[in-house]
Amino acid sequence: MPTTEAQILDWLQAVTDPEIPTISLVDLGVIREVRVEDDGGVHVRLTPTFAGCPAMDYMRRDVETTLRAHGIPRVTTEISLRDPWTSDMVTERGREGLRQHGLATPPKLNGGLLELDILEYAECPRCHTTNTELRTPFGATLCRAVHYCHDCRQLFEQFKPI
Amino acid sequence: MNPTLDLLYRLADDQLILGHRNSEWNGLGPILEEDIAFSSMAQDKLGHSLQLYTLLHELGEAEPDTVAFTRNTPQFHCCQLTELPIGEYDFSLVRHFLFDHAELLRFEALADSSYEPLALVARKVKGELKYHVLHANTWVKRLGTATEEAIERMQAALEFTLPYALGIFETTDAESEIISSGLFVGEEQLQRRWEASISKVLAQTALTLPDLRLLTPVTGGRHGQHTEHLQPLLDEMAEVFRLDPTADW
Repeated sequence: MPTTEAQILDWLQAVTDPEIPTISLVDLGVIREVRVEDDGGVHVRLTPTFAGCPAMDYMRRDVETTLRAHGIPRVTTEISLRDPWTSDMVTERGREGLRQHGLATPPKLNGGLLELDILEYAECPRCHTTNTELRTPFGATLCRAVHYCHDCRQLFEQFKPI
Repeated sequence: MNPTLDLLYRLADDQLILGHRNSEWNGLGPILEEDIAFSSMAQDKLGHSLQLYTLLHELGEAEPDTVAFTRNTPQFHCCQLTELPIGEYDFSLVRHFLFDHAELLRFEALADSSYEPLALVARKVKGELKYHVLHANTWVKRLGTATEEAIERMQAALEFTLPYALGIFETTDAESEIISSGLFVGEEQLQRRWEASISKVLAQTALTLPDLRLLTPVTGGRHGQHTEHLQPLLDEMAEVFRLDPTADW
């Protein structure tokens, strides 16, 4: 029986973000399309969270290695901006994964434009208060912002909305 | 030059050069957050330049690394604003403010470009640029309403930087074709939007925007004429690449 796309996506749950091991690339929304070709080969289309993301080559390699280990004879990957990433593409399971890693989740934009006001008052991943403030929109990686929780009196990181 | 190539080279070179300048704040920022902010914006801009050099490569130009690291000053099309040394933090901040306001408006307009591959890149890039503008506005408002010394220094930086910033909008012979073919709305239109955009932020500070019509724009960059600061930057950027251009990284 030929491999189905659902099966491929299931296998790809094992491929996690190189810097956040609690979220898969599928749940992050980086894997936009999986296609099983007539000859049994598989094509995977990925899109970067940020255009300058230095982890794309690792992600590509991890996808290829994982699918080959499951016996897929030919794996091709493509990085495309055709269906550009937004933080709304993170699934519910993905948001849970971000929280597990101690990151605040991005507010939902629901197709709307990013209004800069929503960057304030992120929910603290430790105590869940919104008594917080944005310290800087630039963090340890391109996809993270740094906030301060007035209740915990601690900095925390947020996966940025975009 | 073909209008698409002409436009792409100007866009890509601006990103590459200002990206490298921003990266020079790495380890030197006045506070840790600013060190990280300028380094992050540097990484974004280098990422954007790679996307744009890739479009050029798809149109038959050399590989992105070759284009980025083997050309010399006269072959660069960045505006002179981007190549100036980082100087003091006030200058770097004002340059970032003036450049990124233009940049956000530019990429918002390019999202509707008739050249679809460029429109795709622009739709991605414009979302990221919002963070650059947010960052610039926050600090311009903060320092532009702070102590007398802060306001004086910001005002002086603004007056020094504005003539270079007007050079962002220098046009080339391809301009009329760029507009008529729907590639881009054009520099004049962009400059009008930019003036409105920076005025709105500066109005919330103690800083005064001089009458821009009385200033002489510093041009030449779009035609390969640059300050003495560009070549040393290119040499430093390409130092490792040129040790072995065939190396596989």
